[in-house]
Amino acid sequence: MPQSLFDKLWAAHEVADNLIFIDLHLVHEVTSPQAFDGLRLAGRTVRRPDRTLATADHNVPTDDTPTASRIKDELSRIQVETLERNCAEFGIPVYSVGSDRRGIVHVIGPELGVTQPGMTIVCGDSHTATHGAFGAIAFGIGTSEVEHVLATQCLVQRKPKSMRIRYEGELGPGVTAKDLILATIGQIGVSGATGHAVEYSGPAIRALSMEGRMTVCNMTIEAGGRAGMIAPDETTFAFMEDRGVAVDPAWRELYTEDGATFDTEIVVDASAISPMVTWGTTPDMVIQVTDTVPVPEDEGDERALIYMGLEAGTPMEEVAIDRVFIGSCTNSRIGDLRVAAEVVKGRTVASTVNAMVVPGSEQVRAEAEREGLDVIFKDAGFDWRTAGCSMCLGMNPDIAAPGERVASTSNRNFEGRQGRGARSHLVSPQMAAAAAIAGHFVDIRTWNLEEAVA
Amino acid sequence: MRAIETITDKVSVLMRDDVDTDQIIPKQFLKRVERSGFGEFLFYDWAKEPDWDLPVHQILVSGKNFGCGSSREHAPWALEDYGFRAVIAPSFADIFKSNCTKIGLLPVELDEASVKSIAAAGEAQVDLAAQEVRWPGGTATFEIDPETKHRLINGLDDIGLTLQAGAAIDAYESSRERNGPVTSSL
Repeated sequence: MPQSLFDKLWAAHEVADNLIFIDLHLVHEVTSPQAFDGLRLAGRTVRRPDRTLATADHNVPTDDTPTASRIKDELSRIQVETLERNCAEFGIPVYSVGSDRRGIVHVIGPELGVTQPGMTIVCGDSHTATHGAFGAIAFGIGTSEVEHVLATQCLVQRKPKSMRIRYEGELGPGVTAKDLILATIGQIGVSGATGHAVEYSGPAIRALSMEGRMTVCNMTIEAGGRAGMIAPDETTFAFMEDRGVAVDPAWRELYTEDGATFDTEIVVDASAISPMVTWGTTPDMVIQVTDTVPVPEDEGDERALIYMGLEAGTPMEEVAIDRVFIGSCTNSRIGDLRVAAEVVKGRTVASTVNAMVVPGSEQVRAEAEREGLDVIFKDAGFDWRTAGCSMCLGMNPDIAAPGERVASTSNRNFEGRQGRGARSHLVSPQMAAAAAIAGHFVDIRTWNLEEAVA
Repeated sequence: MRAIETITDKVSVLMRDDVDTDQIIPKQFLKRVERSGFGEFLFYDWAKEPDWDLPVHQILVSGKNFGCGSSREHAPWALEDYGFRAVIAPSFADIFKSNCTKIGLLPVELDEASVKSIAAAGEAQVDLAAQEVRWPGGTATFEIDPETKHRLINGLDDIGLTLQAGAAIDAYESSRERNGPVTSSL
């Protein structure tokens, strides 16, 4: 029987019924302390520290704090120091505050070359699906499962249902991977992929860079799917070679065979996708930037409009913003920063807007600074920060104030996600950059990239 | 983990769809390194709304896609610490549902009409062994993975069970484990 990519990956990792082997376990400070405590209580060890990698990201201030001991917030400091202590005790490699390899867990895995095609990857973080962009099964797990993987290097997991989302046609100019996934979530809804492992395919996916593919897989959870994946190809192999990893011939077998079946198949017309903006408090409350705020259809919509302080019928392009956040595991890689810099180059952030750029890792920051992107951003009036999760979730000092409207390249627009009462609009890095300059949302397709530079 | 027996109580009702984990336990409370004490912060922001009413009962009834969003196990910890032993909803987000079953909080999926009827009835009995919910005016059966049910009814530790398969893990590692990358050599 023809096999899908997912079938092949699953079969290669089955240790026993409903028990799969984990090739890489990524760990961060927020969802791990109770797991390490559990190990200690039961007198257990970490089975495979050589298949485990830890970093500090959620709690870390983005102001170049040099060591964990200098984090001002006491609880954050304790959490990062606890991670360092636990990793030392159990022999796990850790890139904590002060390391030039530290960064958002989903940025550093690929960047260090430890995320590779054909793997199973888990992390106590729902955006772990990001790594599926390399042709891997990547799941977010809870703390009890973190403890389980630490102790056994396996995960108890019934094989999920399979879904293929096939994109027909190609993305138009100015339309990005972020718009593609936001439009897809808008089409299938926030629980459209629940219970499924999703494979993304079609020419529009093939045309994406690895960074774009990571953006797509990253937001699989926003449609309810646990794992999102893309079959590896020459783009993937070139990315690995750039990181000094030789291409394994077995990776060329990682594709969905003709005739393989899926529990659910969805077709999306990629050529019809426009730059997108969310208007509400779930990621499927999303419209084209050229649309108007929709008329509420139910109580949930009404609640969302009240929270967002928006009125039905308002053109999205007239909605003024207070803050811009370019960052997060969705859109903080060097490619994201390059395209955003291109938009702002030679221009100035609107006087009413407070804008920040937070590179996804210290390596991304260093590369951006080598390329002079930091200067472009700073000259335009952006705040240039050090790496971390930052304002994606407000567990660190980067928090929006109540009522502030944020154009954000992150992944969740839930109530209070970026700060209590803060209003989040999810967009691509280009759209966020343009909104910072204009002071309101703009259709990036109308942006003249040459004008300000000349 | 506490074994789950039949749960009989009044129900607390939160009739909203897509209740996300950022509402269940907002991010500022994820900084604790302990596993307990999250109950007092449950629905921290929503609890400030004037018409908020979520009495402490053992059963919570809510809308579809309950627990969507992040993988934080702090969400089920907070619900359990508040006093809930079971959550009844038309559907759950995957990771949340899995996390619940790891700590002995029972997620019960029922059709929307039954969920609404239970909310209106104000009380229910959740019988895991029979996979049945009974309430004044109705009964409904629910699905649960047989292995998960076995673990919950007996209060068994997942890790202990997996370690019993230690020989299979050894065999996998020695014959089928893929090469590298080794994180310790970075």
